[in-house]
Amino acid sequence: MMLRLAPVLIVILLVAPILAGLAMALLPAFGYLPALGGERLSLDPWRALFAEPGLWRSAAISLTSGLLATAISLAVVLLYLAATTGSRLDRWIRRLVSPLLSIPHAAAAFGLAFLIAPSGLVARLASPGLTGWERPPDLLIVQDPWGLSLIAGLVIKEIPFLLLMSLAALPQLDPERRVAMARSLGYRPTLAWWKVVAPSLYPLIRLPVFAVIAYASSVVDVAMILGPTLPPTLAVSILTWFSDPDLDKRFLASAGAILQFGVTATALAIWWGLERLAGRLMGIWVARGGRRLGETSLHLAGKLWILLATVTAFVGIAGLAIHSVAGFWRFPDALPGSFTAANWARVLPSLAGPVASTALIALASTLLAAGLALAALENEQRSGRHPSRALWLLYLPLIVPQIAFLFGLVVVMEQLGTPPTHALITFGHLLFVLPYVFLSLSEAYRRFDPRWSQLALTLGASRNTLFWRIRLPMLLAPVLTALAVGLAVSIGQYLPTQLLGAGRVTTVTTEAVSLAAGGNRRVIGVWALVQAGLPLVGFIIAIGLPKLLWSNRRGLQGAP
Amino acid sequence: MNAPHHLELRDICIRLDDQPLVELEAEIGPGEVLTVMGPSGSGKSTLLAYLAGFLAPEFRASGQVLLDGRDISALPAERRGVGLLFQDPLLFPHLSVAGNLRFGMPRATADKGARVEQALANIGLVGFGNRDPATLSGGQKARVALMRLLLSAPCAVLLDEPFSKLDTHLRHEMRRLVFDRLHEAGLPSLLVTHDREDAEDAGGRVIELSH
Repeated sequence: MMLRLAPVLIVILLVAPILAGLAMALLPAFGYLPALGGERLSLDPWRALFAEPGLWRSAAISLTSGLLATAISLAVVLLYLAATTGSRLDRWIRRLVSPLLSIPHAAAAFGLAFLIAPSGLVARLASPGLTGWERPPDLLIVQDPWGLSLIAGLVIKEIPFLLLMSLAALPQLDPERRVAMARSLGYRPTLAWWKVVAPSLYPLIRLPVFAVIAYASSVVDVAMILGPTLPPTLAVSILTWFSDPDLDKRFLASAGAILQFGVTATALAIWWGLERLAGRLMGIWVARGGRRLGETSLHLAGKLWILLATVTAFVGIAGLAIHSVAGFWRFPDALPGSFTAANWARVLPSLAGPVASTALIALASTLLAAGLALAALENEQRSGRHPSRALWLLYLPLIVPQIAFLFGLVVVMEQLGTPPTHALITFGHLLFVLPYVFLSLSEAYRRFDPRWSQLALTLGASRNTLFWRIRLPMLLAPVLTALAVGLAVSIGQYLPTQLLGAGRVTTVTTEAVSLAAGGNRRVIGVWALVQAGLPLVGFIIAIGLPKLLWSNRRGLQGAP
Repeated sequence: MNAPHHLELRDICIRLDDQPLVELEAEIGPGEVLTVMGPSGSGKSTLLAYLAGFLAPEFRASGQVLLDGRDISALPAERRGVGLLFQDPLLFPHLSVAGNLRFGMPRATADKGARVEQALANIGLVGFGNRDPATLSGGQKARVALMRLLLSAPCAVLLDEPFSKLDTHLRHEMRRLVFDRLHEAGLPSLLVTHDREDAEDAGGRVIELSH
């Protein structure tokens, strides 16, 4: 039966390319790549790598920015959850955060860059009144050598991800009752949450946290926009070497990819140590039994930081919109002196191709992923088994740094003679789309009341009828949401498109990121806004379609 | 639909980790209701799951379930001809009331539309066919769920505390309706409950599960 093959197929699809990719980065890293004349093993690539100026600084920036961005995002999310009381402000924040998840990293990074640059919106609003600046100051704020703006850019995008993961995990902990119990023992509410909910929540969101560390320590597109340049982060350096017309640099790049793998592994190991330490300290803090101290500051921090991050992200997107229609714009003026459609008119003709490519690749990879995920979940239902052991494999593409294996994958594809087509890129996107689609669908499947299926079967429905006429229609909303998530993930991909497409297939994301170096903010504004808008279309359909189809069915209105 | 059916449970024993959980031996004739009572944890729901074909893999069961003389214990749920009535009416929220009634009708049924109309008339819900099930009252939903079960032409029926969530004044009326209809249809039924009144109204034999 086809269904039984689905889980096997998923594992092969996720694991094989990663192993093959890592292997084909490892061999050239030791000088072996016959296609380029490397016929015997040597340490030359490593010597060349260590001779690169600024290498250790690159690696250190990758490591620290990855760890700090993760720690800050996690702290902000936990602070918010601890302080949340279900007030109107809390619900408002939650509603603001979810759409941020759909905005691609690159667009959010551009928004932040336009906001904090010396000639950005913040400087304009403060000038000349507060700063006395009549001209943009000569400061390196964006792309600062310490990677602070890079960290900020990562934080505003990882907060929504970790928040949504936490919100999905929380209900099984029954936090309200735990907090109520602790409050009845005299603990103030925020402290109660930290002491009785947080320690149980963390293990449930550990894999997503690891994914954030791996992502943040090896990200390419955000680092190209916000990260330091002299030297850039390790991942950006690797991409530069790989794209060098001098093919010998590929050996260097391969060694770099292996080093990146080590850097991310080190970051994970350090985090693991920090986890232990934090666990120990938490234990002592909980055991001491303090009930009041720090309540107010924790409560305030829980509102403040997430608001700051969220508002920053939104103002950044608004900034993109303003730039895209800006005419003449003198420096300290907060708003452009004139508005024009000329920027859009100029970009529009070149927009169609990349938008079509983006949509095609996103739709194809998402539909494939959804088909596979549904088949695997149906198989799980029908066989009555719960394969939780295989779950961590889903996180494999999210925890192994993209650049470390994609790159070997390109070498594999070149060896096989596979041309860089849309199909190949779709396959590359599938690696990253499938985990998210599967996780989001399995959540919906797990929550589906088994009695519906039992009822349908006792009414004589076959397993297929059950799937097509009961499960799928009743799960329409979560299935569409999973599709929208898949589309958003695919639309935001930079590296797989760039590498597997050999630069010959352009999507809105590769186009927007490639403009980063040019610095024409008006054109970037248009592209980044289009990039941010595409995933939203998916989410609007995902929310709107069930409402429309089930407008006459009250029982499905409030359903998740 | 009105052919008399006969359900026989022969040497049923359900084990969990080699500990016997439920042991049962019974015969239920056409139109009869056998009531199985017991406190929670006594394996009532496990017994129902076994008879309906949903026993979780950690349980082991032995014995024979003979429906009209045929052993159905190895058949998948959808081919057993055993209908279920749950605590909740569980009307499919994406289908209309008529859609719910049609869902269980055997594919070859002639005149589906007319039979749906007839069924609605039987429970005093003429003209409700196109309604959204979510707009029905609790009692109306329970009646539709009963008709859906009967229209699916089962050969035996399992009742999983179907009255426990109804208001007191509805409960009695619903019991009457359910038992009368099952009796009329000549269906052997097994009722699982912890409410002694259910057992009394059912009027059949009562088996107590102790644990």
